[in-house]
Amino acid sequence: MDLTFNPETDYKWLLAVPLIPLCGYIIQIFFGRFLPRRGDWLLTSGMAVTMVITVWMAFKAIAATQGHEVFFHESLAETGFGFQWLYDTEKGATDPLNVTAGILYDGLGAAMLAVVGIVSFFVHLFSMGYMKGDRRYHIFFANISLFTVAMLGLVLSDNILFLFVFWEIMGLMSYLLIGHFSHDPKSHRIKQAAAACKKAFLTTRVGDTCLLVGIMIFYYHFQTFSFTGLWEAAQTAVASNGGEYPAWMTAAGLLVFGGTVGKSAQFPLHIWLPDAMEGPTPVSAMIHAATMVAAGVFLLGRCYPLMSPTVLTVVTCFGAFTALFAATIGMTVFDIKGVLAYSTISQLGFMVAGIGTGGFGLVAGLFHMVTHAFFKSCLFLSAGSVIHGCHHEQDMRKMGGLRKKMPLTFIAMLICTLAIAGVPLFAGFYSKDKIIQSAYMSMTHGGGLNGAGLFAFGGLLLAAMMTAFYMFRLIFMTFFGEPKDQHVHDHAHESPKTMTISLLVLAFLGMFGGKMWLLDFDLMGSHGTWFEGLTSEIDHHPESVSRAAGSVSDIFSLERMYPGIAITEMNTYVGDSAEHFQRNLHAGHFWAMTSSLTVAGLGILLAMFIYLFRKVDPGKITASLGELYTTVVNKYYVDEFINATVIKLQMVLAYTLKWIDGNIVDGAVNGTGKLNRSFGFMWAWFDKTVVDGIVNGVGGVTTMTGSLVRLFQTGRIQQYASLAFGGLLLLFAWLFLA
Amino acid sequence: MGLEAYVVVATILFGLGIACLITRRNVIYVLMGIEMILNSANINFVAFNRFNGDGMDGRMFAIFVIILAAAEAAVALGIVLNVFQLFGTVKPSDVDLLRE
Repeated sequence: MDLTFNPETDYKWLLAVPLIPLCGYIIQIFFGRFLPRRGDWLLTSGMAVTMVITVWMAFKAIAATQGHEVFFHESLAETGFGFQWLYDTEKGATDPLNVTAGILYDGLGAAMLAVVGIVSFFVHLFSMGYMKGDRRYHIFFANISLFTVAMLGLVLSDNILFLFVFWEIMGLMSYLLIGHFSHDPKSHRIKQAAAACKKAFLTTRVGDTCLLVGIMIFYYHFQTFSFTGLWEAAQTAVASNGGEYPAWMTAAGLLVFGGTVGKSAQFPLHIWLPDAMEGPTPVSAMIHAATMVAAGVFLLGRCYPLMSPTVLTVVTCFGAFTALFAATIGMTVFDIKGVLAYSTISQLGFMVAGIGTGGFGLVAGLFHMVTHAFFKSCLFLSAGSVIHGCHHEQDMRKMGGLRKKMPLTFIAMLICTLAIAGVPLFAGFYSKDKIIQSAYMSMTHGGGLNGAGLFAFGGLLLAAMMTAFYMFRLIFMTFFGEPKDQHVHDHAHESPKTMTISLLVLAFLGMFGGKMWLLDFDLMGSHGTWFEGLTSEIDHHPESVSRAAGSVSDIFSLERMYPGIAITEMNTYVGDSAEHFQRNLHAGHFWAMTSSLTVAGLGILLAMFIYLFRKVDPGKITASLGELYTTVVNKYYVDEFINATVIKLQMVLAYTLKWIDGNIVDGAVNGTGKLNRSFGFMWAWFDKTVVDGIVNGVGGVTTMTGSLVRLFQTGRIQQYASLAFGGLLLLFAWLFLA
Repeated sequence: MGLEAYVVVATILFGLGIACLITRRNVIYVLMGIEMILNSANINFVAFNRFNGDGMDGRMFAIFVIILAAAEAAVALGIVLNVFQLFGTVKPSDVDLLRE
């Protein structure tokens, strides 16, 4: 098979990627209820085609980068393939208001597109079993399909405006899907579902607004929406500012990061994500893996060259804090989906922190997004399988000993738990290790000890330990030990085939998605993974440090992600010599490897100690922690805090405005109305008496004259003749007398 | 016998015609009155042409008037017949529908 990218045909294939599910959506939303099996086969098979195309295209990208080519394709620049939006042909392409949207397909896009395709297909397949018997089955499939379309379109967009459009479509679909059960009269959680979807929508809206303002600031200065245009303009702006980022770029970068904070559930806007568990489990899998939260991280990847070092420091701190913060809550939750929700927030913190720590961490963070998509979708679907098997019981305290009842689910979940915990050979290990390595490098870059880097390194290690702990806590509480609730246990059963197949394929990817080590065995992970090859070029083994003495970019470059943009000189590893970078890279590799393995092992052992062998009663530990435990269990009162401040303020403001509206505005309107009315009465009087008087008077005079003149109009010809004759005589008399 | 005699005859005829037009109760007489007025005009035309003019202008006018009078009489009698059918009378004082 030919694996070279052919711009003539392949852009059309790429365009088909979002169009196939979009057509499916349109058919489904109108005719879904009339189709056999309510149309699920239609969308699932369409998704299968989409998945095949995305994977095929991703292989092309991988093949190109294995040959050390730069894989970066822009449809507008190459073939002019694009869509003109509000296009004024007289002004032409140079006018900044003429937006032409094309396809941007590079290594990052290829990886993300394939991940979205694969995960979405298996979520569709899984839903065929999980959602069976749902009242709004066809609507569910339609919505989840459009959700996928939005993410696929977002990944393929070559300009930030269309990225934003798809971003918003995704926001809407997440709203509809999280609130799916709010339309089901049989569901006992209608109100919670309705509240959750509203909360998700409004919370992400805060971030979306920031993002929109950020986009507009960049547009105002750079006069372009396209990513390549923005990167080049940013480089020029920085160069003309003496190598420093202008202050406005820092502000705009922070606003764009605000979009990520909302969408990718970073502190303090993470509150929507745990509540989003009210949605059906396949939706949670979609939101947490392929779409929605990944979009925020993907945005950071696309906008990385626009981020100043200050912004990146903020990004690091937010990410590391979120990772740690959510991990502590994850340890205390008993809802099986709740644990996964907080683990997602925590893992997103890892990604964001990684991206903040610089170019190397950017690759690591984005790589973690990809591997996380595999194992988190699998974990969610497994949890869904457990919930389905236990007849919608979600409390882990009532489970236990399900290992034998649901063996396939157990295997899938165990593999993915090992992956998320960062156990070597599993996908999550490769990416998480890189993030921690990057945090180490950021900590020591420039020679000294970097505060934000130190926080990231320490925080992420702690979070990694907690991750291993709470994930194994979940496994032990659910699948091991004695059944806690005999009733639940008796009814537990393995899920249907469509569900288990999805689980096992995703578990396979959770195992090998980081690196296909069966083909290229390398325990230390020093050979580049496929994803690193797609996005960056790193020289792991230069013969000597002196050979790469030129600059950092000789050893490490992001040429494949941002061709022609000198990233390393713009915002990462400022002040590092190539030698220092090389040393740092190796030291980071060593420390990250040892420390992350240690913390993962510690976490797992601790979980085994407490939950498998039951040496310590978890109740005693929680009791000894006292107030601290209560705080964590209540999610640090963030929701309460936001309720008491933002929402309270909002309510006070709303009531004030309501009062102003009811009294002042309405008063003014009513007053104007009354004034008008009295003026009206006045005018009516004037009209009736004066105007009508004149009109009637004219009429009256005419009538009077008429009736007077009428007397002469007898209709008698002879009278007329005599009058005429009389008149003639008078005329003669006058003529003669004058 | 000079022009004055003709003018006097024409004036008398005109006066009689007017009197007939105004006083008669039958529309036929009214029409006859109109004929008399027209003919008095004819006498004047011919007389003035004979005594003051050179050509045939006055006489030509008189012939035109006679022809028009004939046509007018025909139309008027037609109207009278219709009036009679409509009102059952030919008295002009009774035909006063225009008043209403």
